[in-house]
Amino acid sequence: MPIFDVLTWDIVLITFRLAIPITFAAVGGTLSERSGVINIGLEGMMLMGAFGGVLGSFLTGSAWMGLVFAMILGGLAGLVHAVLSVHYKANQVVSGVGINILAAGLTVILVRAIWGKEGMSAQVESLDMVTVPLLNKIPYLGDLFTDQTPLLYLMILVVATAWFVMFKTNIGLRLRALGDHPQAVRTAGISIKKYRFICVILSGVLSGLGGSYLSIVHNNIFVQGMTAGRGFMALAANIFGGWNPAGSFGAGLIFAFAQAIRLNMLEFEIPDQFIQMLPYIVTLLILVLAGRKSRAPESLGAPDE
Amino acid sequence: MNSKVKNRALSVSLITEDIIISLFSIVLALLVGAIIVFFLGNSPVEAYGALLSGAFGSVRSIAGTLTKTVPLIFTGLAVAIAFRCGLFNIGAEGQLYVGSIAGVIVGLSLPFLPAVILLPLSILSGMSVGFLWGGIPGFLKARFQTHEVIVTVMLNYVAIFLTSYLVNYPFKSDGMVAQTDMLPLAAQLPKLVQKTQLSAGLFIAIAAVFFVYWFLWKTSWGYEIRAVGENPSAAEAGGIGRKKNTFLAMALSGSIASLAGITHVHGIYGRFIEGYSPGFGFTGIAVAVLGRNHPFGVVLSAILFGALDAGALRMDRTTEISSDLVIVIQGLVILFVAAPGIIRSISTRLRGGK
Amino acid sequence: MDSAIEMRGITKHFGSVTANKSVDFVVKSREIHCLLGENGAGKTTLMKILFGLYQQDEGEILIKGKLAAIASPKDALSRGMGMVHQHFMLVNRMTALENIILGKETGRFLVDYKKARKELGALAKRYRFKIDLDCPVADLSVGEKQRVEIIKTLYRGADILILDEPTAVLTPGEVDELFLTLQELKNQNKTIIFITHKLKETMDIADRITVLRNGEKVAEREKEATNRRELALLMVGREVSFDVKKSAQKPGAKVIEVEGLKLFPHSDKTISFSIAEGEIFGIAGVEGNGQLELEEMMMGMRPIPSDGGSIKLNGVDISQISTKKRKLSGMGYIPSDRHKRAMLHGFSLEENMLLGYHFVQPFVKHGQIQKKSLSKHTAEAVMRYKISTPDTSQLIKYLSGGNQQKLIVSREISRDPVFVLAAQPTRGLDVGAIEFVYELLMELRSEKKAILLISAELSEIMQLSDRIGVLYEGEFMDVKASENFSRGEIGLLMAGSGSEEKANE
Repeated sequence: MPIFDVLTWDIVLITFRLAIPITFAAVGGTLSERSGVINIGLEGMMLMGAFGGVLGSFLTGSAWMGLVFAMILGGLAGLVHAVLSVHYKANQVVSGVGINILAAGLTVILVRAIWGKEGMSAQVESLDMVTVPLLNKIPYLGDLFTDQTPLLYLMILVVATAWFVMFKTNIGLRLRALGDHPQAVRTAGISIKKYRFICVILSGVLSGLGGSYLSIVHNNIFVQGMTAGRGFMALAANIFGGWNPAGSFGAGLIFAFAQAIRLNMLEFEIPDQFIQMLPYIVTLLILVLAGRKSRAPESLGAPDE
Repeated sequence: MNSKVKNRALSVSLITEDIIISLFSIVLALLVGAIIVFFLGNSPVEAYGALLSGAFGSVRSIAGTLTKTVPLIFTGLAVAIAFRCGLFNIGAEGQLYVGSIAGVIVGLSLPFLPAVILLPLSILSGMSVGFLWGGIPGFLKARFQTHEVIVTVMLNYVAIFLTSYLVNYPFKSDGMVAQTDMLPLAAQLPKLVQKTQLSAGLFIAIAAVFFVYWFLWKTSWGYEIRAVGENPSAAEAGGIGRKKNTFLAMALSGSIASLAGITHVHGIYGRFIEGYSPGFGFTGIAVAVLGRNHPFGVVLSAILFGALDAGALRMDRTTEISSDLVIVIQGLVILFVAAPGIIRSISTRLRGGK
Repeated sequence: MDSAIEMRGITKHFGSVTANKSVDFVVKSREIHCLLGENGAGKTTLMKILFGLYQQDEGEILIKGKLAAIASPKDALSRGMGMVHQHFMLVNRMTALENIILGKETGRFLVDYKKARKELGALAKRYRFKIDLDCPVADLSVGEKQRVEIIKTLYRGADILILDEPTAVLTPGEVDELFLTLQELKNQNKTIIFITHKLKETMDIADRITVLRNGEKVAEREKEATNRRELALLMVGREVSFDVKKSAQKPGAKVIEVEGLKLFPHSDKTISFSIAEGEIFGIAGVEGNGQLELEEMMMGMRPIPSDGGSIKLNGVDISQISTKKRKLSGMGYIPSDRHKRAMLHGFSLEENMLLGYHFVQPFVKHGQIQKKSLSKHTAEAVMRYKISTPDTSQLIKYLSGGNQQKLIVSREISRDPVFVLAAQPTRGLDVGAIEFVYELLMELRSEKKAILLISAELSEIMQLSDRIGVLYEGEFMDVKASENFSRGEIGLLMAGSGSEEKANE
């Protein structure tokens, strides 16, 4: 990690980087919840992704393959959630909690089986930084394209795509209808199940990518429980952002900013814990203030009859 | 007469179906666990053997199992109470932190009091704080219709960071570790078995089980909570207020959850250590779901999960398998119980296959 | 004329309840066909089968003469059917346009709003609809929402339209507009099935009428060959008649006094009545005319605004006190919706016996439930009212409807109430249980209790009541002693025609 400078421009760059894991998972949460499925399991899916990133990089020697593995393992966790809560109509909250517990255990066992170590993988190849030619010449903004992780660009791409699909396309139209009024979608002759499966699996894939940032970009190693609640923070970001991919990104940036300024806040003697608490308190306030007018999908959590 | 017999058979078969699904989920989860062990190149028999002897092999290991069982009984009961009112309490983790820090603060502030006063006072203060903390999502749900699941998730982190602040700043003891000073002996729960961690918290847990059973099924307050959970519209027509009971159920759930932390801190560590809970609150969800949200079911599944936890260490030492296998098993159990459809489709396939 | 739809021998069970019993239903092309029946008569079930939302247990469906298997709404849509549901299938946060095209979007991948606007504009012009396509549905009036639903079906190319209780939510002006639309659609060769329980509308709009009762088809009529009175009797009539012995007795002091009670918030109409000791006051009327509102206001589940009238029990105004207090002051309540309002399904008979009385002696002392006294009391009720159950710890959901109702009734009278509200007390019950309820109501009457009976069963009202008020759109058309009413007269009043119209028919 680069040294934290007091320079504000650095804070912006750090904010963008810290936002990566939260934003990926938050957009995943948006997809899942817009389709009507509560996703408490983002944390577990993210953890699977973090593990997958290291595993892929370890097995192939390429960190890029790590990303693929992260998406696959995250997607598998998403599939489990989809099978349970969409196909078997399980309680979506219980299923999500189960995935979190399962992922916490499974990753540690696999770490020990593969690397023979306790709660920590071997060091692997991490994802290189990339400089985008031409764009890096833009004054000021150029820094955002110089020596940054490819996941940063992927994040922006994913947010833009998700927003575009959700609000401009046929699929998006159906998706938005699904979380609010699944019966309206069914009586229009569309399969609810298919859409929910795809969305929940995608939420796993995206969470997996978010997790991989922690293991093969920010680090080059997997550590037990390394997501440390970022999945839940992503859930909060999704809510704070009003169940909208762009909003999720914005909330991700705000939460990341709060983390980024932590070291700069030392001179103000505000205990770190209060800054860390902020995302959750802000989200709570938003929920209470919005109350009945909340932008939450209206049929969130109700299994299809 | 015939129809009477049939009715009886029907109700019996449905009650046992719940139990069968729980048992099947355990068996299935253990089976999947065994397969994992096998594929990792180990003997499932050996692994489970170690697990079993680690959990029940000696008086000390039984005491170890019970030690691990106690907090899960509390969090399991907490989730079950809320569930009986139709609410989901994901916040036991946060509730146990705030409750136990409050208990510790009281214990540390009044060291001159005798044990007969100080210990109950600390416990009750902790429970009261748990009551209020748990009551927040209940109040918000009743007043603003905010989803209690999301609120409790957020409050977990607020609680974790809040207690972290308290033990890092105002109540930090000397030294590197983020923890409070040791409680006076008068504020600690006595140990039950020498050289183990099993404390009198066990008795509090047993009392809590009977209390919750008595409260939910034998009193009119409990009746109201269950009626709202069963059919809020009919409850309303019977003069039972939904809002009041939503708050009450969540608040009670919070105070029971806080006991998981209080008994742990006052019975085992003797002080509050930052982040001491390995996720009792979340495991409590699994315990409650597996125990069918019934206090006696909660006890049984808490013992199962406690035994898995306690036995895991032995397995970890004597085999190649990480102790985290039991976490996988716990995760699998909760997933199987959550979707009884899986068990049903397996059993029809087995029957069809004959 | 050829037939657009033919449903033959349709039977549908939900558990032990039979919603449709061997129903034959034929709709000719290019007609407006009213499917008439009380709530719970099986109309919606029949239509949901036709639209693929339910599957029939027996019977077959022919669309335009061809046998059709309809497994999902998709199949129904592809066969040219469209349904306007009673609860709108509209997403509030999306615009009218987005709602209409949902599932049959314009454009391949991107939503082509321009094309959609053009197509829908043409459609609106053809059928003379006025609609703001870009308005979020949440901001539309109920009538406009319904129009969006109709356009939705037309946009999908439907030529058979099913409308489920379309007027239930409309203002009179909107109803007129809807009827103009339906005529226009008919002129343009659409076939329309119109589900309703309102007689006036049926006579206004229908070409032909099929009447359902208790899940069975009871009649099929050309509009010209029938009248409102006949239809009313077909809808609510019950063949089985019970021999009710009503002893002559003089009503005593007034127990209940209802003054200027406003049942619908947006209407000026009010009702007033009083019930004396030992008197049964019956509310006759087709459902949806304020019965549920009256029921819930009586028991405190629906708030009464300060200018919305008052309810007095033995001279004390109770209109603003809680349900709990009303029950404690001696009001027994048999709800019209047993499953929603009266039962805790997963609880035992004993615990159901406790509902509403879970804070009074002797069942509860110092907050503790007295199991012995409760079991004994429940066992007595089981014995006395011949409730068929293996024991009192049985869960109530395993009992038959009749036995459930017996337990509920015995609970509500166990506290020696001064007033009993019996709403649809025999709905869905078998003959034996109906008889039980009738006898019990008579017994309560002779015990000098005041009884308010709300029922959709006309014969029930006429046989049991001392006085009858005929409720129509939130007000009484007439209130008289029951012997001064003829069946035909009530039928007419139920249909909303005043005495001045009587002369004309």
